[in-house]
Amino acid sequence: MSLDAPAIRVGDLRKRFRTTQALDGVSLDIQAGEFFGLLGPNGAGKTTLISILAGLTRADSGHAAIMGHDVVRDYRQARRALGVVPQELVYDPFFNVRETLRIQSGYFGLRHNDGWIDEIMHHLDLTPHADKNTQSLSGGMKRRLLVAQALVHKPPVIVLDEPTAGVDVDLRRSLWEFISRLNREGHTILLTTHYLEEAEALCGRIAMLKSGRIVACDTTRNLLQHTNEHCAQLRLDAEVVPVAWQGRLQRDADGGWRVNFGDYGELESLLADLRGSGVRVLEMHLQEPDLEDVFTDIMKKP
Amino acid sequence: MSGLPALFYKEMLRFWKVVVQTVVAPVVTALLYLLIFSHVLEEHVEVYPGVSYTSFLVPGLVMMSMLQNAFSNSSSSLIQSKMQGNIVFVLLPPLSYLEFFLAYLGAAVIRGLVVGLGVWAVTLWFAPWQMPHLGWLLAYALLACAVMGAVGIVAGIWAEKYDQLAAFQNFLILPLTFLSGVFYSIHSLPPFWQAISHVNPVFYLIDGFRYAFVGQSDTDPWLGLLVAGACFVAISALTLVLLRRGYKLRH
Repeated sequence: MSLDAPAIRVGDLRKRFRTTQALDGVSLDIQAGEFFGLLGPNGAGKTTLISILAGLTRADSGHAAIMGHDVVRDYRQARRALGVVPQELVYDPFFNVRETLRIQSGYFGLRHNDGWIDEIMHHLDLTPHADKNTQSLSGGMKRRLLVAQALVHKPPVIVLDEPTAGVDVDLRRSLWEFISRLNREGHTILLTTHYLEEAEALCGRIAMLKSGRIVACDTTRNLLQHTNEHCAQLRLDAEVVPVAWQGRLQRDADGGWRVNFGDYGELESLLADLRGSGVRVLEMHLQEPDLEDVFTDIMKKP
Repeated sequence: MSGLPALFYKEMLRFWKVVVQTVVAPVVTALLYLLIFSHVLEEHVEVYPGVSYTSFLVPGLVMMSMLQNAFSNSSSSLIQSKMQGNIVFVLLPPLSYLEFFLAYLGAAVIRGLVVGLGVWAVTLWFAPWQMPHLGWLLAYALLACAVMGAVGIVAGIWAEKYDQLAAFQNFLILPLTFLSGVFYSIHSLPPFWQAISHVNPVFYLIDGFRYAFVGQSDTDPWLGLLVAGACFVAISALTLVLLRRGYKLRH
């Protein structure tokens, strides 16, 4: 392992399933310690990319490495460095929670791992369920168990494939607190999610996938500035607005006005113009752009 | 350290947790066969001179149970994991295809041997005691379980649904085991069916295993060992090639 190797490196990855090109030349570097988001509509190739990193799927061409270990050639080291929380809520109904975690540790060659197993169970609130058969766990508990299974071998890189799909608000919050903590402790996190506000709140950097290609990859902050579109909603005491603003100010359905602007200077001059022509502002709301706007914007481009 | 022992342990624990279904049930089934067939045929059939029909039948039943249960263990474990989706738990860790093979095979062999031992134990009450030839017994028991354990891995990987596996079991495994001289000597068959039996590898397994008990057989036990050994090598090679390619496991 070279110390300066990125946590995840993917180069010109291509994969075709019969008629669909699932990945069409994806290149990506994720540095150690990043909290990285992978967004895209269904069928964009997110799960295929994760499956190739995990060795569940083999790429047609290109290469992928975890902490500098090629996922095919050095698959043992690559898989030791990687913890994957799969998208489907899978479990083995033959075993209880503790057995599941012990067996999973064993697969990584770890024999006496009970200390760490107890610790992860504690953090994920699984301790009271340790002796329960996995079949009798609620959906949320099964999800936590999957997270625990991904962590038994203390992987430096953790991949979560839509881990909060169908999970209630409380669990989602506690899961994110836990994952954020892992990230603060130095783990690299790669996350795919459908909840854009989640990605916005957690991820330092985001890549957007569309039809097997990366269409945007930047820090979350830069992406949010990408649309540059703030929006102000105003209620005025007049029906007529200054001439200079007649095209810009749009009438709302509820009788108010709406204006999009790039920087706050524009808003200042609008307010000055309104005051100058004796129009009073009765109410004003500002809307910041969110990742959803950026996402919709980027996905709309051909 | 290797993940092989953990996978082997998991496979053992899996069948041990449902021991009534995986061990007790097949023992009871074999016992029923023994009671019915020996009751009906004991007076009428003497396959080898000086060997009672019950003594002839017991090794056949023990072997049949071992074959079916070794196959069952690896094949049903794999198809269940695939249907449930929890096969990812063994695909994500750094297990090699050889470790994967050995773990599933090892557990299948143990399950086969445990069931075989159980069948033998309960049939001791019904057939006169005879000290078997331990060398032949062990050689044939191990080879038989290994052959069928490996066939079970192939079937479990190949099948995508439970009914495909059931078809494999009903149209291949069951006829091969029944048409192999469990209940009769193939010398009592018409020439055509005798010839067919000689290309059925399971026939050699049962014939040789019976030799360990009664000291008589339809063919030379060394030939049987050769056929069974060749079968094991061929099936294992096929299984390893499939596993290495990730056939139906890694896409």
